[in-house]
Amino acid sequence: MTPLGVRVQSKSFLELMQWGPLGWLDEMVFATGLTLAVAIVSFLFGMVLGGLAAAGRLSGSRLWQRASLTYTTTLRGIPDLLVIYLFYFGGSAALSAIGRLFGAEGFIGIPGFIAGTLAIGMVSGAYQSEVIRGSYLAVPPGEIEAARACGMSGWTLLRRVLGPQVLRYAVPGMGNIWQLVLKESALVAVVGLSIHLAEIRIGDLLMLHEVRFSDLLRQAHVAAGSTRQPFPFYITCVALYLVLTTGSSWMFRRAETWATRGLQRG
Amino acid sequence: MDPVFLAESFQRLLGGIPLTLKLAASSVGLGFLMAVLLAFMLRARLRPLAWIADTFVFVFRGTPLLVQVFLIYYGLGQFRPALQDWGLWGFFREPYYCALLALTLNTAAYGAEIVRGGLQSVPAAQIEAARAFGMSGVTLFRRIVAPIALRQALPAYGNEIILMIKATSLASTITLMDITGLAHKLISESFRAVEVFLCAGAIYLAINFIITRLISLAERSIAPDLQQSEVAAIVH
Repeated sequence: MTPLGVRVQSKSFLELMQWGPLGWLDEMVFATGLTLAVAIVSFLFGMVLGGLAAAGRLSGSRLWQRASLTYTTTLRGIPDLLVIYLFYFGGSAALSAIGRLFGAEGFIGIPGFIAGTLAIGMVSGAYQSEVIRGSYLAVPPGEIEAARACGMSGWTLLRRVLGPQVLRYAVPGMGNIWQLVLKESALVAVVGLSIHLAEIRIGDLLMLHEVRFSDLLRQAHVAAGSTRQPFPFYITCVALYLVLTTGSSWMFRRAETWATRGLQRG
Repeated sequence: MDPVFLAESFQRLLGGIPLTLKLAASSVGLGFLMAVLLAFMLRARLRPLAWIADTFVFVFRGTPLLVQVFLIYYGLGQFRPALQDWGLWGFFREPYYCALLALTLNTAAYGAEIVRGGLQSVPAAQIEAARAFGMSGVTLFRRIVAPIALRQALPAYGNEIILMIKATSLASTITLMDITGLAHKLISESFRAVEVFLCAGAIYLAINFIITRLISLAERSIAPDLQQSEVAAIVH
């Protein structure tokens, strides 16, 4: 008997993890998909940034070298959570300011998912640039010279000679960063409570409803709060993350085999 | 950008440094001891020992640290009566100890792989030679295996320490007021994310810079060949 006379019915693990309206398994699996989506988008965004930063480091321009080096060293030395806060709160402030210019009233929040994805992408880009730069430097200069001697340049050189080799050298390193991104994606839970778009009114033109999405950890947190049985949900969260990391590390191993299929093994 | 606000934020954020460093130092220290234990378990001839260590490393490296923090802090709270019976509730009630436990277990899992790599890098011939001299057990480990393994593992372990400094920021999600926790509070009070971020980021960068320097100093002091190559560079 609890003091308030309220008895919380505790359910078994299997009851909690049913599929459908009675249990939480469908919500958890959907949230896993969302977490995967966040990770994929931030990884790809990071790849673009990483590619640009690597190009900057390798370029002849001192300015670009400086900028790229600053980007990669700072973002690798600062906690991701802090970067997420910057994008989440800073982004909201910026959006509100822009909104005011267009006559919208009040505070406009940037969706936590978007802030989180951008932030994790930024951080992973800093790590990816090192992998891409290393892979580029691993391509024997003689091959580039030979390609130039054959009359290739620019795009053709990149597509036929550099691209395939950089990709091949980069696969293992990129695999490591993917694992990192996948695990960092849990941080979105801290700001991704829901996609909450405050009432934006431009005249009577636009009304936005609140939409609720949760990533895996947030979903576990919500379910834990509403059932008052946190442990089963966090353990399920652990299990689902293990599925994600194990599955994708298998895929990266396959990719590595595929990318090095033309190489002779000594 | 307001210099007065910047200076004020910076001063308030400095107050979070002791907690950040305390969390990082204790978890890295305890985690290292556990990592060494795990590394020996991974190489143990007794298979069940290796399986336990393998599973531990697999689970803690395969899941996000934040999930581990929540599992320990919120998840174990469900077993409060049992924990009280065992006299452990005093430990699991405190966010500080929960964060410390999660960080320690996490770094131990990563550290175990690093230490194992270091132990593996010791050439078999060195061990053979030492045995031929009559060394065995503790002497062999202390004089031959440990120095070579340490030298091999230190750069990777240095990376792990930097990662741990950054990882302590997750403690702020369970109410601890480390640098990131204070930064979050300041941002919610003032809504000036950029300024607060600049201050907090500068502090983390400074800490990490100092630690990187200390590690490379340590690397140099235990690697005579690095010192020699420097001498050689001067001579040539």
